Formats: sequence, C-alpha cells, structure tokens
Amino acid sequence: MAEAGLSVRNLRTHFFTKEGVARAVDGVDFDVAPGEILGLVGESGSGKTVTGFSILGLIDPPGRIVEGSSIRFAGEELTKARPERLRAIRGAEIAMIFQDPMMTLNPVLRIDTQMIETVQAHLKVSGSEARQRARAALVQVGIASPDERLRAYPHQFSGGMRQRVAIAIALLHKPRLIVADEPTTALDVTIQGQILFEMQRLCRDSNTALIWITHDLAVVAGLADRIAVMYAGRIVEMGRTADIVERPMHPYTKGLIGSVPSQNTRGHRLAQIPGMTPSLLKLPAGCAFKARCPIAIDKCNEMPALEAHRAGQLARCWRAAA
Amino acid sequence: MSATPLLSLRGITKRFVQRVDLAGKIANAFGAGARETVVQAVSDVDLDVAEGEVVGLVGESGCGKSTLGRIVAGILPQTAGAMSWRDQDVASMTGEERRAWQLAVQMIFQDPYASLNPRLCVSEIVGEAPRVHGLVARAGQAQYVAEMLDQVGLDGAYSTRYPHQFSGGQRQRIGIARALAVRPSFIVCDEAVAALDVSIQAQVLNLFMELRDRLDLTYLFISHNLAVVEHLSDRVAIMYLGRLVEIAPADELFAHPNHPYTQALLAEVPKLDAARRVYKPIAGELPSPLDPPTGCAFHPRCPHAMARCKVERPALREVAAGHISACHLNDA
Repeated sequence: MAEAGLSVRNLRTHFFTKEGVARAVDGVDFDVAPGEILGLVGESGSGKTVTGFSILGLIDPPGRIVEGSSIRFAGEELTKARPERLRAIRGAEIAMIFQDPMMTLNPVLRIDTQMIETVQAHLKVSGSEARQRARAALVQVGIASPDERLRAYPHQFSGGMRQRVAIAIALLHKPRLIVADEPTTALDVTIQGQILFEMQRLCRDSNTALIWITHDLAVVAGLADRIAVMYAGRIVEMGRTADIVERPMHPYTKGLIGSVPSQNTRGHRLAQIPGMTPSLLKLPAGCAFKARCPIAIDKCNEMPALEAHRAGQLARCWRAAA
Repeated sequence: MSATPLLSLRGITKRFVQRVDLAGKIANAFGAGARETVVQAVSDVDLDVAEGEVVGLVGESGCGKSTLGRIVAGILPQTAGAMSWRDQDVASMTGEERRAWQLAVQMIFQDPYASLNPRLCVSEIVGEAPRVHGLVARAGQAQYVAEMLDQVGLDGAYSTRYPHQFSGGQRQRIGIARALAVRPSFIVCDEAVAALDVSIQAQVLNLFMELRDRLDLTYLFISHNLAVVEHLSDRVAIMYLGRLVEIAPADELFAHPNHPYTQALLAEVPKLDAARRVYKPIAGELPSPLDPPTGCAFHPRCPHAMARCKVERPALREVAAGHISACHLNDA
C-alpha cells in the first residue's frame, strides 16, 4: 500500500473492565488510499465506532490500544505518537464527524467563535483570515448566507444544518482523512441525500480519504468504493462495493443484505438472522458468528482467517467458497 | 373504500398553543408585544383505515405524523375534526364504549428504552393493564403474561426480569407484548423499528406480519423509512407539514408517485444497489410549522412550483383509482 494513505494492521482495542476484558476491536486490518471512500459497516457493538476512535487516538481508559497494533498514516505510526503530536494531527490531518453534531458544537458559543478557534488551533493566522476560512468552509458544504450563519448559535440551526456545520469544521484544515461516524443516521432522508451528495463531491474534488461508519449497508452502497463488514470486533468481509452487494461470501453479510426491506420483499418474510450479537465479554471460541450461522460446521470452532476467496474480495469464513 | 372503515378521520386538526407567560405579560405592560405562539401540527386530515389493513404514514421529522398517531391512539385530543371508530363518533361515546375503544387501539413507541418503566418487572409491565381492565384474574396473570411473551417470541421465564436486563430488540418485543395484552384490534406503531439494528429490525418486522395474520390486526405504521413502509403497507399516506399530500395503494404509490414531494422522497431512499449513485438532492429543509409557507407548503422546495402554488393551496383530488394527491400540476 502506498505510504500516502492510512494503513491499519492488527488493530486491537480492548476495554479492561471489572467484568472482564471486552475485546471491542480484535485484529482489524485495512487500508484506505487518498481519495478513496471505505464504508465500515456493522451493527451496534461490532466495534466499528471504536475502530474509528482508535484511529484518532480518542480511546479513554479503561480502553486501550493493545501492544502490537499498528495504525500508519502517511508513513507515520500513530499508536507510538506522543500526545502533542496526536493533537497536532487531529483536526488538521485527520478529522472526525460524529453522529450527533452537538458533540462537535458547543451550545453556548457562536459558530464563528468555534470555527475561528479551530482554525487558530493549528494555524498562526489573524482573526479576519480565520473568519474568511470559516466562511469558505460553510460555502463548501452548501450553507446559504454564510455571513449571517457565522453569527448564529447552534440552537438556531436545524439538525441537518448543524451536521453541515460539523462537516465544515472537519474540512477547515483540508484534512487528508475524514472519519465519519454515522453522520446521517439522525437525519431525514432528504437531508441525508444532501449530505451524501456534498461528501461525495468533496472527496472527489480534494482527493480526501473517507471512512464512512454506518449500520446501514444501503447508505454506503451508493457512496463507498470498498466496504468492510465488521462483526464482534473483527472484519468478516471486505471488498469492492459491487462485489459485496451482489456476491456476498460471508453468511453474516448475506444475512444483513437479506434483512433490508424493499419493494421486492413485499408480502414475504424477511430473511432474518436468528438470535442476537454475542456479548463481547464472553465471545465463543472460533468464529463469533457460528451460533447464528445457517451453514456452520464443526470446523467453525476454530477461528477462520480473513482470506481472499475471489480477486479483491476477502472473507473470514471456512465456508466462503460454499 | 367499500365497507365501513374501522377508523375514520375527518378534518382532524391539532394546534399547540404556547401562552404568554408571566414574564411576557409584564413585558407586554411596557409594550413588548409578546404574543402567544401557535403551531398547527396537524391540519385538516381525512383518512380511512379499513379492517385488516396496514396503512403506512410517511413524513420527515416535524411533519406531524407522530401527533396524528397519538390522536388516533386517543393519547392526545384533537383541536378540531371528528374521529369515528366502527362508524361511531368517538366524541359521542358513552363511558363504557369509550373504554372499549381505548382498549381496542394500542400504541407501540419508538424508543424501547424510554417506553418501559425501569422499576417494574416484565410481568407487571405486560400484566398490569389486562388485570386492571378485568381481562384476566390476578391468579391467572402469570400464566397470561407467559402466553403474551411467547406470542412475541420471548421466553415466559423472563417475566420476573426488569427492562435493563434486555437488549433493544427484546425490549421492543416487550412493548409489543404490552400492547397486545389488552387484545386490541388496531395498533399504532410510531417508528417502532427505527431504533433497532438491521438484523433485529428484520426480526421485529417479521413478527408484525405474523401477528397481523394470527390476530387479524390493523396497523397504522408511522415511519420516516420508506423501505420499511414499502415492505409492510397496503396503502401509504405521505404527510408534509401537517397535511396529507398523497394517499395511494403501496404498489401504485411506489410505481407512480404523483406529488413532487413523494417523488423527491422516493429518489432519496438509499437502495442496496451496487451502482455508484449520483445524489441529486432536493434543496432546502422542512419549513418551520410556526410560520408555514402560503399556498402549497412544498412550493419553496418544489422544482415545478408555479405562481399559483404560492397563493392557492391545492386540494387532494383523485388522480387514479384510490390514488389521491394534492398538487396543481394535476389540473394542467
């Protein structure tokens, strides 16, 4: 993989709780090239958000990135970086967009105060120049009358507008990587369409790499170049979007796709996955999906490796070829 | 609709009024001019639901769909308009008839975390209402709760547990069991699967369909998720800023959407389609119901808006059999 992008190897983020060790992320490998959009798909508790937080070094105790994990960004090892260095990278080189824009925005400060502060945190520029940058970022995400909007408080914005402001803040320093954690989940479909449209355009224009974390396969199907599906802390399938959607190999991916209601499923039962996601505190030995898997065999008591079963399509399943 | 509808709404309107508070009154004495604010959440809604039918009610947040659902479930009183149940005006019901209606219409809520009392165990959550209403004797309650839990796919042994011991999907099943425990015939589902993971959502959707067949239930299924509504509904009503703008049988609506808002909504639904999509979103956002646009409420966002749309509100009129839509384009 080219050194320009992000390269994650054997990422393990564990939470050391009183009840035991929760292996939220347990051996994740993937790459994201500049300008590429990777969709990271999984249900609650699959470790997709913790993976995103790990990249930005936002894991708080009792969580910890375990020894032996590697996150290389533009040739630099982030797991070994000092806190000051991480602080310099965060927001400037790698930015994050959260599900709830109010996690990004301070409710008691005006938008201009927050955006100018963000600009000046990484760049020694004058207030008026910082304001110009802030204004340009708001225009970039499609906010009308930016001068007026800069003087407003977050509560004066609708949910969709707040998320646009949060995206504008993420874009202020023209980061080379954006980690977006379910940024459209709380929004209406028409607003979600607008945001997806802006993100697609921005990544294409500025060659920014994007990791789009979501539980909704349908959202990333139209957006991402590649998709990685996570289950119980591991990637179980990864490949080009078209391959994953049309020819999934892992039974969990197949189940997820079958669970999506649509016109074709009218009047029929949805192909549901029985049971529920296992507790991370007591994961079974071997494949974590075996208890819910319709095609499990004895061999599934051993953990399968994430291997290419077709060109460019990897799956963690003994029966991927079946 | 041929036979008498199970539920019939005529001109249902709901206004929420925020009165001028004491501080405002004092300020007014000095000429501040604070006035009470009025939000018309639901305006002039006519809708019939036939027995055994699943009607999907779709709209963006703030369009009034949940308010309408609450009025139908009898939780909120309407400001104006008439609602009849089995051909009887709800307003003129006797006390006994009213109780029967209230038991017959039950609601399932969006948030399975907020809608269950954390201090009650499952046998109380599910069993309290049927016991109070005399559907089951105290001695038979445990057995009855176990049957109800079994019906929604939960182990009867769970009845001594508390809500925090369950996952989101299981909690939603408890909420369904609670609604079913008073043997309703009409269920209002307000975003009942929105908070669930995709695989759990599929399980709950399948459960809704099974229960419909087994218990002859009628649903008003409120959702912002068109894919879910398309999967489940016989008819679909689209709501925008408090008004119904289009009603049609589900097949017809998804094949031939008439209203520009419906067309825009359908275009935005994320699809499991490998083709890289080019997003062409509709501009703007839902206007504030505090200050709704004149004429057709959708005109500021509509790609086909004409001068007439700004001044005259289009009426709902039939564009095909059983398909009504409120748009001036249909007059041309």
